[in-house]
Amino acid sequence: MARVIVTTSGKGGVGKTTSTANIAAALARFGKKVVAVDADVGLRNLDVIMGLENRVVYNFIDVIEKTCKLNQALVKDKRVPGLYLLPAAQTRTKDAVNPEQMVALCEELKPEFDFILLDCPAGIEGGFKNAAAGAEEALVVTTPEIPAVRDADRIIGMLESMGKSPIRLIINRLRPNMVQDGDMLAKEDILDVLSIDLIGVIPEDENVIRSANIGEPMTMSLDSPAAHAYLNIAERLLGRDVPLMDLESYATRTFISKIKKFFKGSKKR
Amino acid sequence: MDFLKKIFGSGNDGSRDKAKDRLKIVLIHDRTDISPQLLDSLRDEIVGVLTKYMEIDTDKIEIDLDHDEHEVALVANVPVLRIKRGKIDVDKN
Ligand SMILES: Nc1ncnc2c1ncn2[C@@H]1O[C@H](COP(=O)(O)OP(=O)(O)OP(=O)(O)O)[C@@H](O)[C@H]1O
Ligand SMILES: [Mg+2]
Repeated sequence: MARVIVTTSGKGGVGKTTSTANIAAALARFGKKVVAVDADVGLRNLDVIMGLENRVVYNFIDVIEKTCKLNQALVKDKRVPGLYLLPAAQTRTKDAVNPEQMVALCEELKPEFDFILLDCPAGIEGGFKNAAAGAEEALVVTTPEIPAVRDADRIIGMLESMGKSPIRLIINRLRPNMVQDGDMLAKEDILDVLSIDLIGVIPEDENVIRSANIGEPMTMSLDSPAAHAYLNIAERLLGRDVPLMDLESYATRTFISKIKKFFKGSKKR
Repeated sequence: MDFLKKIFGSGNDGSRDKAKDRLKIVLIHDRTDISPQLLDSLRDEIVGVLTKYMEIDTDKIEIDLDHDEHEVALVANVPVLRIKRGKIDVDKN
């Protein structure tokens, strides 16, 4: 029976879809059977981030409305065994589903998988409530900025009152050098006010954009700070005790690799 | 020193501490934000309790959450007309 985990945030654009795709791919690489469900009806994105957009035929609303069978809507990722995508409908609105239908969908998926990851839309309205309804656990994504942390606090309150547990925090787009310079909220500052468990810190990383461009989650192949951080989160979800990455040393490493690149570039010229 | 700080920028004078403080205050306020409906039903219940003991001017009651920089207080201003003496009229209402 699968564990059902919703990825939420409150504030938009903080990295829910990126997190869902990378954690899903990482869990599959660790041998788990995983389905990433795009619960962002009307604004579908997960298919593109995972690089599976050309293989989408049906979506989960078709399954709910019995236009197709569940197996027909599931897109199997050919790069990593055990990884699947259940796409959202792009031309429908959030009202096309209700929480009971989401719960039923998750129940249908549960016996087939080890993990069901739900990529939730931003906001606290219908779309969020639908996605959260089917889940038992939650990941809350925030960035080290006041508006994102504030919205995360709101979402955590709602998830708690819905009885989700555990609810764990992902801090995304942290810039260790800015924290060192006293110009960015540190993970301690955020944990101090939110008082929930941290499951990982993802550094700001250009590879997030690169991987979105080519449609391949970083955890599939790329060796980058963010890929590493997402692999760690997947391991922690599996109950392993993995220490937090030393982001500072990564910062210097990126700096050194930048210098190397600079010299490589100047040689070519 | 201040002069040097101004030229080179300073490490400890960054925006992180400011952000930390502002975040704390924003959350104190958010977490004690009360909906008008909830405040109304709170008012009704408080009035219910108070009228057992005293006659109050229900039209002039003010109940609100008072937010200042670092804390939030429930402030009630209830004009009392007369304290009831003797047996408490529990069954009223
Ligand atoms: N660690 C990171 N480093 C650099 N860029 C990042 C990082 N995480 C996310 N981004 C960028 O932020 C943008 C938003 O990311 P993403 O789509 O995952 O957020 P979201 O929370 O799913 O957004 P929405 O609320 O619209 O669904 C993307 O352009 C992505 O490339
Ligand atoms: Mg998204």
